[in-house]
Formats: sequence, structure tokens, C-alpha cells
Amino acid sequence: MKDRRPHWSERLKVTLWTLIVPPTIWAGHFLFSYLWAAISCAKAGAFATFPTLFVVGTVLALTLIALSGWVAWNQGRTPGASPPHEDSTDIDRLRFLAKSTLLLACLSFVGVLFTSLPVIYLRDCL
Amino acid sequence: MSLHDQDDPALRAAQEERLRAVWKPPSGLFLRWTDCNNDRVGVWYVLTAFAFMLFAGVLALIMRTQLAVPDNDLVSAGTFNQLFTLHGSMMMFLFAVPMFEAVSIILLPQLLGARDLPFPRLSAFGYWSFLLGGVFVGGSIFFNAAPDGGWFMYPPLTTRTDLSGLGADIWMLGLSFIEVSSVAAAVELIVGVLKCRPPGMRLNLMPLYAWYMLVVAVMILFAFPPLIAGDILFEMERLLNWPFFDASRGGDPLLWQHLFWIFGHPEVYIVFLPSIALFAMLVPTFSNRHLLGYPWIVLAAVGTAFLSFGLWVHHMFTTGLPKISLAFFSAASEAVAIPTAVQIFVFIATLWAGRVTWSTPLLYATGSLAIFVIGGLTGVMVAVAPFDWQAHDTYFIVAHLHYVLIGGTLLPLFAGLYYYWPLITGKRLSDRLGRIAFWMLFVGANLTFFPMHFSGLMGMPRRVFTYPEELGLGGLNMASTLGAWLFAAGVAVICVDLCLSPRRAKAQRNPWGAGTLEWLAHPDDEDWGIRSIPLIESRYPIWDQKDFVQKVDEGRFFLPDAEEGRRETIVTTVLDARPLAVIRLGTPSVIPILTALSLGGVFILTTYHLYWAALVCAVATLACAIWWLWTGTAEIPEKPCKPIGHGIELPLYISGPAAPGWWAMFITMMADATAFSGLVFGYYFFWTRHADFPPMAMADGPGMYWPMVALVLGVASWLATIAALEVHARGDVGIARLLLMLGIATSLAGIAAGLAGPWTHGMDPENHSYPAIVWTLTVWTVAHAGIAAIMQSYALARSIARRMDPQHDADIRNVTVYMHFFALTAIVAYATIGLFPSLS
Repeated sequence: MKDRRPHWSERLKVTLWTLIVPPTIWAGHFLFSYLWAAISCAKAGAFATFPTLFVVGTVLALTLIALSGWVAWNQGRTPGASPPHEDSTDIDRLRFLAKSTLLLACLSFVGVLFTSLPVIYLRDCL
Repeated sequence: MSLHDQDDPALRAAQEERLRAVWKPPSGLFLRWTDCNNDRVGVWYVLTAFAFMLFAGVLALIMRTQLAVPDNDLVSAGTFNQLFTLHGSMMMFLFAVPMFEAVSIILLPQLLGARDLPFPRLSAFGYWSFLLGGVFVGGSIFFNAAPDGGWFMYPPLTTRTDLSGLGADIWMLGLSFIEVSSVAAAVELIVGVLKCRPPGMRLNLMPLYAWYMLVVAVMILFAFPPLIAGDILFEMERLLNWPFFDASRGGDPLLWQHLFWIFGHPEVYIVFLPSIALFAMLVPTFSNRHLLGYPWIVLAAVGTAFLSFGLWVHHMFTTGLPKISLAFFSAASEAVAIPTAVQIFVFIATLWAGRVTWSTPLLYATGSLAIFVIGGLTGVMVAVAPFDWQAHDTYFIVAHLHYVLIGGTLLPLFAGLYYYWPLITGKRLSDRLGRIAFWMLFVGANLTFFPMHFSGLMGMPRRVFTYPEELGLGGLNMASTLGAWLFAAGVAVICVDLCLSPRRAKAQRNPWGAGTLEWLAHPDDEDWGIRSIPLIESRYPIWDQKDFVQKVDEGRFFLPDAEEGRRETIVTTVLDARPLAVIRLGTPSVIPILTALSLGGVFILTTYHLYWAALVCAVATLACAIWWLWTGTAEIPEKPCKPIGHGIELPLYISGPAAPGWWAMFITMMADATAFSGLVFGYYFFWTRHADFPPMAMADGPGMYWPMVALVLGVASWLATIAALEVHARGDVGIARLLLMLGIATSLAGIAAGLAGPWTHGMDPENHSYPAIVWTLTVWTVAHAGIAAIMQSYALARSIARRMDPQHDADIRNVTVYMHFFALTAIVAYATIGLFPSLS
């Protein structure tokens, strides 16, 4: 373990900005969903039975969230002290941010799933 | 200065004498109000917000008394409309939001071991704006001129001047003014949390209160500007007859609802999260252990903040939007229950795992959680669209929102009041009175609002001033009224408790035995905030770090002195709180008051259509702002560095992304860009609402030519400023000045070119929503070009006056941040109005 070269996902810089990547993807997907529905309904009066654009956008969002969660998972396993990560050290700060990012990725993943469910059940714009 | 030096009591006394002199508050009948120390401004802020709360509470009591029995005639329908509008508006805008800002202005510097927040004068400005705007809005009811359109002011009722009077203008302009002070507070809090933490307080050690404040302040940046955009459109319609919400001329009242609720729903969480933040401080204290699940709280705070922006349409379920759109918002509304519940479970787990001291603050905290959970559960119910169709605009909603706000904001604030009163005054409040008041509030709240669920489901609509006896709602309403009076009596008991406080003896220091930094405060507090700025190694330093309090008190940490007679604090890095610089803080000054007064004049005089006088005030505001910046910011220090103790020497001047000023500009411009995106949303919203937008007859304006010329000029001005920054940093001051002049010229030319598009095509904004929105985007952008010219001129003048040189270049760096956002605005606005008509 000692001389192991860190995996690329562990070498990424972790900041406050990376913390909000998963929920930002959720927000992007949500905005996309809203615009997709609003424009489809306003301009076409309907959306397709199999809405390809929406499915692609959702799969893309889920993939990106899963990817950021996976990166956070890897970074959270950087060797160091166990939780609660409350020492003033580089490792504890890194592991704390990684864990928080992972939790946010889980929430965002569920959030995107929630948002996409209506498209399975609803078929029209009324 | 080594540890050894601080062993000398004479040296410590001399340091304290210097600190005391530097932080001495101004005295005198008038001058004392020029103070900007966070302790004092924070206390004024809290008291003012508390007074507004009592006032708005009295309004509610009058309403409840009117509704006690059927067919009552205590107040007229018109007065009742003013009562409920003002009650809601004041509770949200003049109590809930300002109260959290006020509490944070007091607490944050203490929590972060800073002497003060980075921009004390900005806090003072925010306070005076709030006071002026609040008195203006609240006082209107004494002149029978209060707003009466409900706290969300739906057009077309409120935009038609024949249906609504001055009250609507007072609401729009008075509250817009207060929104300015909220954005100012957000800037202050974000920069405070990110840049003014004590050395060693990395992100993972930050008190959770600071995490929540960071999150909430960022939410303000994205939530308030859409409302400001809405306010602009609204007043354009009322004052200038531009038909944004008038369906007969291509407008749409739903646009207002969107803009209002994009603000309005996050607003609910903006007032809820700070209260939860108070819990996050007091629950560990009374559990006598560290809070469990720190990252889970961060998850909850950040997650709630994001999700709360995907909920706004659940206030609009009955407006006829496509079902699929409703379902998206319904899904997000259900999802937000997850992070909300996580924080409640974290508190329960901490209490469970700890050794609980059943204090009065904890009683309030647990009681409020019970009430909040009931409100949360009815929230999950109304998030289901079909249920909401039944309950919309009934008393069920009134019950829901009051459970949430009383459980999620008011009672937690009382918990915080009992918890932090010793911190502010050095004295404890009465446990006996506190507990009596708690039970009156708890029973009163339930007795008032629980019956409303039933009266709502039985069909009682919101906002009716009376109801006929045959509906059988008399008993339920009487119960609600009795509950309201009981609740008010509980608040009165708390007020009595507060009034008795001056007669009580001082409590000991840190009376609850808490572990976080703010409890370093001494009962006989000094004005300097903290004696020396500590090195932090734990989330609960008072508990965990050896001899911590003594070391702070004896000045054994950083910056224990004020050798140069200046107010100072340490700036650190965002992630790891490594010391970066010492900054000099603003001192008491009359400028913030004058700026607030003149800006208030702009809004208040516009309400009464006194446009020339308002223009004079606008010029005065600009003059005050420049005076403030010129004399109080980016000062070149007398020496480059100073020691802060322990062999560390820090610079006295920083610029660029490390500096608080740069962040303040960046954050302000984020808010500005968000407001702009609200206006752009308006343009595209009209496009989705109309079969042909722009309408064929008007589609030739503003043409492509002039918008593209204006776009190129805007981009040129931006590039000129960037080039000026770069050559200036290399020492070519002369060339930098020339480039700034070029920037000014292109900015000014951009104004003319921007206006030329709609002007030459004779677009009449009163005619239709299309020319109106084109003009709005144009005016917004050229106004920003004007500000760009002023900023570039300012940087040029600073350079010529030798207040800016290549080593001290904060001014031009901050102007460049503005220019990035200006370029973005120009590109989006001119591309939209110039190119979109030919695409659609």
C-alpha cells in the first residue's frame, strides 16, 4: 500500500466546489426536465411515448452523479484516521469532504430518480 | 512574539489598553449610532426585528378576534385585507429573514474567533436600510395605505392601479429596499465564513452554525434576485404601464407567480435552516457530547438548499400547468423530506447517545421539533397535487404553514434566545418564566392551528374577513382565537422575562458549559470581540483543547495586540484556514447611514412618483458609495507586513481571489446575474406561452444590427479591462490607464448602441409584452454598461491618485470581476433580443 501510486480519482483536487457537483447535476437535470416538459407541451402540445431526449438526459445525469459518488468513495478511502474526522489535518478534511460528497451523491441520485418517475406514469400534457 | 512574552502581566495590560482604545465605541447622542461593531449593530438588528415581530403578531390577534365569531364586524373587509397582507409580509421580510441575519451578525464572529466580520460598515448599512424600509412598510397601515393583495401580491389584482392603491407600490419598493439589505448580509456572512475563520479551523472543524449560515446565505443569493427581477417588472407595469402581467396585451400573470415562488419557496428554507443551526449548537451542549453525524448535517443543509429550488411550482398546482410539470415539482417536494428528516434524526441520535441536561432551551428545541414535524407531514400531504387541489387556498394551508414556521422558526428562535441571552447580556433568563411561557406557546400554537386543518377541509377559504354561521365553523374558529390569545400571552411572558433581566445578577462565564468558541465571551464583555485569535484543533475547542480559555485570555494565540491603533482581523484560506493576511476593518462612520438614507430615498420617493427627487437621491447614493469606497477600502498600508505572534508574519494587503473584497464582488455579481436570469426567463417564458412570439407585426425590432454592435462593444470593454489588469500587473501603468480609457469609451458607446436597437425600431413598451421585455433587457444591460464605465473610471482615478499601483491592485482586480459578469450579461441579453427573433 505504501508506495502505491494514487488512483487518478484520488488525485483530483477536492474543494467546496466538488462538494456541490452531485446536487448541481440534480439541479441541471431538474431544470432540463422542466424545460423539456414546458417546451414539449407548449410547442408540440404533447411529448413522445418514448421520450428519447428525456431518457438520454436522465441516464447522463445518473451516470455523472454515480461517477462523482465513485470518485468521492475512492477519496474517502485515502489511508487515515477513521470517522468522525474531527482533527485539523489534511487527511481528515479530505475524508470529511469525500464522505459529504458521497452522501450528497446518494441524495442526488435518488432525487433524479424521483424526478424521472412521472415520465413513466404520465403520457400527456393535460 | 513568543509565548514567553505573554507571561508578562504588564505587557498584557498594555496590549489590552491598546485594544480597548482601538475598539472604543463612539459616544454622544448622535455619534453612538455611527457604530459598526458587530456586537452593537447585531443587537440593534435583533431588537428591531423582534419589535416588528410583536407588531405583526398584534395584527394577527386583531384578525383572530375578528374571526372569533361568525358575521363579526370588528374590522372591515378592506382593513382585514391590509392586516393579513402586512402580517405575512412583515413576518417573512421584517422578522424571519432579518432575525437570522441579525443573530448571525452577533454570533458568527464569536463562533469564528474573529474580531468582527470582514465588512462591519456593510452590516451597519444593512441594518439602517432594514430599519428604514421596515418602518416605511409597517407604518403604512396607520395611514390606511398598507398593501392589501396578500403577501404574494398576485397580479392582475395588484398591478391594476384601479383595483389596488399605493399599498402595492409600498410593498414592492419598500421590500425591494429590504432585499438589498438581505443581499448585503448574505455577502457579509459568506465572506465571513469562508475567509475569516481562525487558523486551523478547516472545513471539517467549522461549527455547524457556520455551515448552515454559508448555505443559507448562498440560498439568499439565488432566491432573492428573482423576486427583485419580478419587482422590477411589477413596478414597470404599475408606474409605466408596461404590460408584463396583462393578458390583454401579451403579458401573463403566471410570470409573476413563477418569479415570486422561485423566491418564495427557498425562502421557507432560508428561515428554517438557521433555526436548525441553533439546534446544532445547543443540542451537543445539553447532550454533553459531540454532535453525531457531522457530515450528515452538511448533507442535509446542502441537499435541502438545492432541492428547495425545485419546489416552487407546488404553490401553483392549481394554475393549470401541464400535469407532467406538476409531477416534477411534486417529486422534488417529496424528496426534500429526506434531508429534512436526516437532520432531525441526527439530533435525536445525539440526545440519545449523550447525557441530557433538560434545560429550558432544550425544552423549546424539542417542543418546536414536535410542532415542526406535524407541519412537515401536512407538507408531504399538500405536495401531492390531487390533495393540494382540494386544500389549496383553504385554512388547511394556513395551518400547515404556521406549523412549519412556528415549529421551524419562531420557537427555535426562542430556544436560541434562552440559550444565547447570557452570551449577549451576561445574564440568564428565568427558567421558571421560560417554562411557563413555553407551555403557553406550545398549547396556544396547537390550539390555534390544529383546528384550522378541519376548518380548511370543511371548506373555509383563506383571507375571508368573516363567514356565515350556517357553515358550522364557529366552534373551530373560536378555538383558534382562544389559542391565539394564549400564544400571545406566552410571548408576553417572555417579554416580561426579558424586561426583568437588567435587575438580575450576572451569570458565570459559559453558564451552560458549552464547547464551542462563542462561549469565550466574558459576562463583562470587551468590545474587541476576542482577546487573541486561537489556533483551532477541535470542533469543541473549549472542551478538548488544554487550557484553551486561559490561553485566549492571556493573548497567547494570534494577534493579541493593536500596535498600529487599527481594528484588525485575520484572513485565512477557504479550505484549510491557513493564515493569509491581516486586514484592517472599517471603523465607525456616518457613511453607511447616509448611504442607507439616500438609497431609501430612491425607493420611497419613487413610491410617491416623485421621480426627480428620487433621481437626486440616486445620485447621492452613488456619491456616498464612491466616498465610502475611496476612503475606506483597498488602503495601501504603511508597511507591507506585520507579525501576529508565534513567529508568523502576514501581509497587510492582499488582492484577487485571496482577498475578502474580491469575494464580496464575486458574490454580489452572482446575485446580480441571478436577477438578470430572472428577466431572461421572462423573455423565454413569453415565448412558451404564445403561439407566435415575437408577434409577427413587431418581430422586426430591435433588429440584429444594433444589438450586435452593442454586444461587440461590451465584449471590447471587457477585453480592454482584462488587458489593463494584465499590463498593470507587469508594471506598465501608463498603458493600463490608456486601456482603461478605452474601456470607458467602449462602455459608453455600448450604452448608445444598446438603446439604438429598440429606439430606431420605434418599439412601444406600453403596446405589448414583447417590446416591454426587450426594453427591459436593454435597459438592464445598458445600466450595467453605465456602472462598468463608472467602475473603470474609478480604477483609473485610483491609479492617477496613486492609491493603486502594481503591488496594490485590488481595485482593478475587483473591477475585472464585475466586467466578467458584465460581458456575460451583454452577450446573453443582446444575443437574445438580436438573434432569437430570427430563429423563432
